[in-house]
Amino acid sequence: MFDIVFWILALVTVGAALAVVILRDVFRAALSLVLLFLAIAVIYITLYADFLAVVQVLIYVGAISILIIVSIMLTREVWHGSPTGKLRIPAIVVSLLLLGTMVFTVINTNWETSGEPPLQPTTAAIGTSLFGEGGFILPVEITAVLLLAAVLGAIVLIREK
Amino acid sequence: MTLLEQFQLWLGGIWPDWAAYIVPGIVGILVVLGFVVISVIVFIWYERRLLGRFQIRLGPNRLGPEGIFQPLATALKILLKEDIVPAMGDKIIHWLAPVIVFVPVLMVFAVVPFGEKAILADLNVGIVYVVAISSVSAVGIYMAGWASNNKYALIAALRTVAQMVSYELPVVLAILGVVLMAGSMSMTQIVTAQTLPFIIFQPLGFVIFFLGTVAEMNRSPFDLLEADSEIVAGYHIEYSGMKFAMFYLGEYGHALAYACIISTLFLGGWQGPFLPPIIWLMIKVVAVFSVIVWMRATLPRLRVDQLMAFAWKGLLPMAIINLFIIAAEVLLLPEITPWIIVAMNFVFAGVLIVLWSKLFTLGGGRVEV
Repeated sequence: MFDIVFWILALVTVGAALAVVILRDVFRAALSLVLLFLAIAVIYITLYADFLAVVQVLIYVGAISILIIVSIMLTREVWHGSPTGKLRIPAIVVSLLLLGTMVFTVINTNWETSGEPPLQPTTAAIGTSLFGEGGFILPVEITAVLLLAAVLGAIVLIREK
Repeated sequence: MTLLEQFQLWLGGIWPDWAAYIVPGIVGILVVLGFVVISVIVFIWYERRLLGRFQIRLGPNRLGPEGIFQPLATALKILLKEDIVPAMGDKIIHWLAPVIVFVPVLMVFAVVPFGEKAILADLNVGIVYVVAISSVSAVGIYMAGWASNNKYALIAALRTVAQMVSYELPVVLAILGVVLMAGSMSMTQIVTAQTLPFIIFQPLGFVIFFLGTVAEMNRSPFDLLEADSEIVAGYHIEYSGMKFAMFYLGEYGHALAYACIISTLFLGGWQGPFLPPIIWLMIKVVAVFSVIVWMRATLPRLRVDQLMAFAWKGLLPMAIINLFIIAAEVLLLPEITPWIIVAMNFVFAGVLIVLWSKLFTLGGGRVEV
C-alpha cells in the first residue's frame, strides 16, 4: 500500500519540481512549487512525521509560497514570462552533474535504519528534544533573534527617507 | 477509537483489506460533504432572514415555509448560468482556483469533533492542522485573482494575501493559549480538557481568536477582498455558474468551519448536559454564526490601512501579552482554584482592551491608527 502511495508521490514531486524549472509562465511555476511542497508534506505523513507535515504545509504552502507569488507580482514584465538566458546549456550541464553526484552518493551510502517502530505522537518528543535537557534551546533562540534582525534590516533598507 | 475506525474494523471482517481501507474514507468524505452542503444551504437562508431582521425588513419568505427553499432556488439559478472564462485569462488556473478554495474547507472538518467518538481523524496535531490547511485557500483566492485577468480581481487577491498573512499571527497566538491550558493539540483532548469552557478562562484570547477568524474567513467588516462598492466583488468578478457556486460554498463553508473551531476551542465543543453532543455543537455553532451575522449587519467595512493597523498594532501585541499571561498562570499557579484565574483573566482582558482601544480613537473626521 505505502509503496504505491510512495511512487505516486515521487512522480508528483519530481514532475512538479521539473515544472517549476521548465514552465515559461512564472505564476504557473510558482504554483507548481506549491504542489511540490504539498507532495513533500504527504511524504512526511507516510513517514509518520505528522507534526513535520503540518508545519510544512503551514510554513511553505501558507507563507513562503505566498511570499514568492507576491514577489513575482512585484517584478517587472511578469506577463512576458521568464526570459531565456544565454547560460542555458552550461546550467543544464552543471545541474546534471550535481544530480549525478547526489544520486551516486545516495545510492552508495550505507544508510542506518532503526528497527524500532515510529514514535507516536511525535509532538511531545520534538518538544523535549528541542527544549528539554541538553536540547537546542540556545540555537532556537538565536535563530529567532537572527530572523528578527533580518526583518528589521529589510524594513530599514526599503524605508523611505 | 473513533466511529470511523470501528466501521473500518467491522468492514475488515467481511470485505477484503483494500476495500476496508478505502471505503470508510470515502464514506467519511461523503458525510462531510453532505453535512457542509446542507448546513451551508440552511446558513444562507438563516443569514438572509437574520439580516432582514436587523435591517427591519422581511428577507426572503416566499418559497416554502418561512422561505426555507429560497437558497435551493438560488443555487439552481446559479448552476444554470453560462460558464464564462475571460478570453485573455489563464484558463487552467481559472478552472482550478475554485477547487483549491473549496477543498481545504472540507479538509478542516476532518478534525472537528462532533461527539466523543464522532470525529473523522483524531490527529494529535489537530489544531495546527486546521491552521495549516485553511491557509491553503489563500493560494486559491490568489489564483482566482490572477487568472481572471482583471485589475479589480488582482487588487482583491493582493488584499487577501495581506489580510490572511497578517491575521494568521494573532489567531495562532490565541490558539497557543488554548493549547497551553489544555496540554494537547488534539481536538478531542482540547474538548475534554474544558470542564469550564475556555471562553471563561481566556476571554481576551477568545476575542482575539474570534476577530482574527472573522478576518480570515473574509466576512464583513473585514470583507475588503470583495468590497462591492470599491472593487465590485473582487476575486470572483469573472466567475459565473458552477465555479461561482464553488466560491460561494467555500465562503460559507469557511464560516461554518471556523464557527465549529471556535465552538470547539472556546465554548466546550460537544460538551453539554441532557442533549446529544451533536445538538450541543450545532447550538454553539449557530450562536457563533449569529454573532458573525450581527457584526456584518452592524459594523461598517474597514479601510485597508485600518485593517493592517488593527492586526499588527491591535491584535498582535494583545495576543502576545495574552499568551504570556496564560503561560505564567499555567506554569506558576497549577493547583489554584480555577475561579481565581478566571477573575484575574477578566481583569487583564478588561484593562488591555480599554488600553488598546485608546490607540484607535475616532474623531474630527480623522482616523488615528
